[in-house]
Amino acid sequence: MDELKLKLLELLKEDARRSPELLATMLDQPEERIRQAIRELEEDHIIVKYATVVNWSKTTDEKVTALIEVQITPERGRGFDAIAERIYLHPQVKSVYLMSGAYDLLVEVEGKNLKEVASFVSEKLSPIDRVLSTKTHFILKKYKQDGIIFEDREDDHRLQVSP
Amino acid sequence: MIDQDQMKTAVKRTSMTDYLSPLVRNIPPSGIRKFFDLVSGSKDIISLGVGEPDFVTPWHVREAAVQSLERGRTTYTPNAGLPELREAIAEYLFNEFNVKYEPKNEVMVTIGGSEAIDLALRALIAPGDEVLIPEPCYVSYSPIAAITGGVPVGIETFAKDKFKLTADALRARLTPRSKVLILCYPNNPTGGIMEYEDLLPIAKLVEEHDLIVISDEIYAELTYGQKHVSIASLPGMKDRTILVSGFSKAFAMTGWRLGYACGHPDLIYAMLKIHQYTVMCAPVMSQIAAYEALKHGLEEKDRMVESYNQRRRLIVKGFREIGLDCHEPQGAFYAFPSIQRTGLSSEQFCERLLYEAKVAAVPGHVFGLGGEGFIRCSYATSVSQLTEALERIDRFLRKLGV
Repeated sequence: MDELKLKLLELLKEDARRSPELLATMLDQPEERIRQAIRELEEDHIIVKYATVVNWSKTTDEKVTALIEVQITPERGRGFDAIAERIYLHPQVKSVYLMSGAYDLLVEVEGKNLKEVASFVSEKLSPIDRVLSTKTHFILKKYKQDGIIFEDREDDHRLQVSP
Repeated sequence: MIDQDQMKTAVKRTSMTDYLSPLVRNIPPSGIRKFFDLVSGSKDIISLGVGEPDFVTPWHVREAAVQSLERGRTTYTPNAGLPELREAIAEYLFNEFNVKYEPKNEVMVTIGGSEAIDLALRALIAPGDEVLIPEPCYVSYSPIAAITGGVPVGIETFAKDKFKLTADALRARLTPRSKVLILCYPNNPTGGIMEYEDLLPIAKLVEEHDLIVISDEIYAELTYGQKHVSIASLPGMKDRTILVSGFSKAFAMTGWRLGYACGHPDLIYAMLKIHQYTVMCAPVMSQIAAYEALKHGLEEKDRMVESYNQRRRLIVKGFREIGLDCHEPQGAFYAFPSIQRTGLSSEQFCERLLYEAKVAAVPGHVFGLGGEGFIRCSYATSVSQLTEALERIDRFLRKLGV
């Protein structure tokens, strides 16, 4: 991939609302070139979506999130992908990763409350044929996600005017 | 012989300031200080007046200092600085700027580049010696030169020359008392730089007139499009140059107060004498942090430079679009647009901009000759703040009706 696209991705990752005009100025490129590159990134599904990072704990929403370690036996011919798909198609599942190490899939599940997540694990996840075992860890507090720190921090300690 | 009565009148002092040395009493207060007082009461302002990076020191550098404290590294270091740090500085300067210094006797670690400038001037200047200072420039050279009894001689530089020092301008201010030339490139406040071809005729004059150069290269890493050239790397100039730099700007380490000076062993030895009697050594934890920055922080430094460059393009284009002439700053992190067409002085402009548009910038006149009619705007602030500041300045200009 060309360098321009990588730089674009970095700048959009910081702030997805940056306009093509602003990006063109920052990268010293014609605006049309930037629009074209973004179009290509979107078509190639490299830019998958422009989403918002939300700190839900500051809202009245009381949803809970769990990370679940899942051990499975891979399916002949399709490896882990088929089971991963059966898991990620559930809307409660927010992310699924294939892992190296002591377990195979790491599944992030979100529910309205503890009970909802627990029943998802016992009724949907565990019964899947090739799932051997699950280990559920509830998230108590999110400090940082996707490189973004959630805590309110006074980051700029600089004097307002200095030589 | 003086009799008792005469002695009494000679020392009669009516106010505390009478006790002060005339050299200190006569230093004009910094114009930037006055503006700082204006700004510090204001709320909801966007400040483009900050002369330091908006990055916090990278975590691995902070961690190195924390670990050094945990291990009890809380002592003095050798006067000239930790040997491994001096070696790392020499290696870095050779790799990056092609200047070669012997870590043992040509490199010393100081408390910020500021101390290095002070030491160099104090080591070189005898009363009456003239110190040539291209302006606009960083505010401290002229007062320090004056405290040492030297005579600061400003040399005006101009936007039409991209604020470079020209040989003609330098030649016009040379006298038999000229001794030191201070260079500050990449320049604060103009963002001007001196390229190899610009430095050649300057170096020639320096040799002809037997001057010493104090080259403040604190922004050396922050150039956009071309690599910084140190005057010390020009033929014959190494022995005539005291290279001053530090970690504040490129490594985002302003508060650590860590800089260095490199030069001829006899000059460094003289500076070291003053340093050992006045401060002993730079703080050990800062030296350890700086060593970590040089050993493992170069990639991070490059990322920061790239980010400044993106914001530089944004602010320069922004100023031009709202109708302020702005020469292309090729170094540091300042833009220096002209506000002459508003008919206001730079001080009036900045005061009104602060009160009416809630944007702080530094009036150009505080940086000496040639600064009037310009304002210094630091772009070391977030993209969204810069965009908002440009919109506010635009509205302010429209209100002025220019």
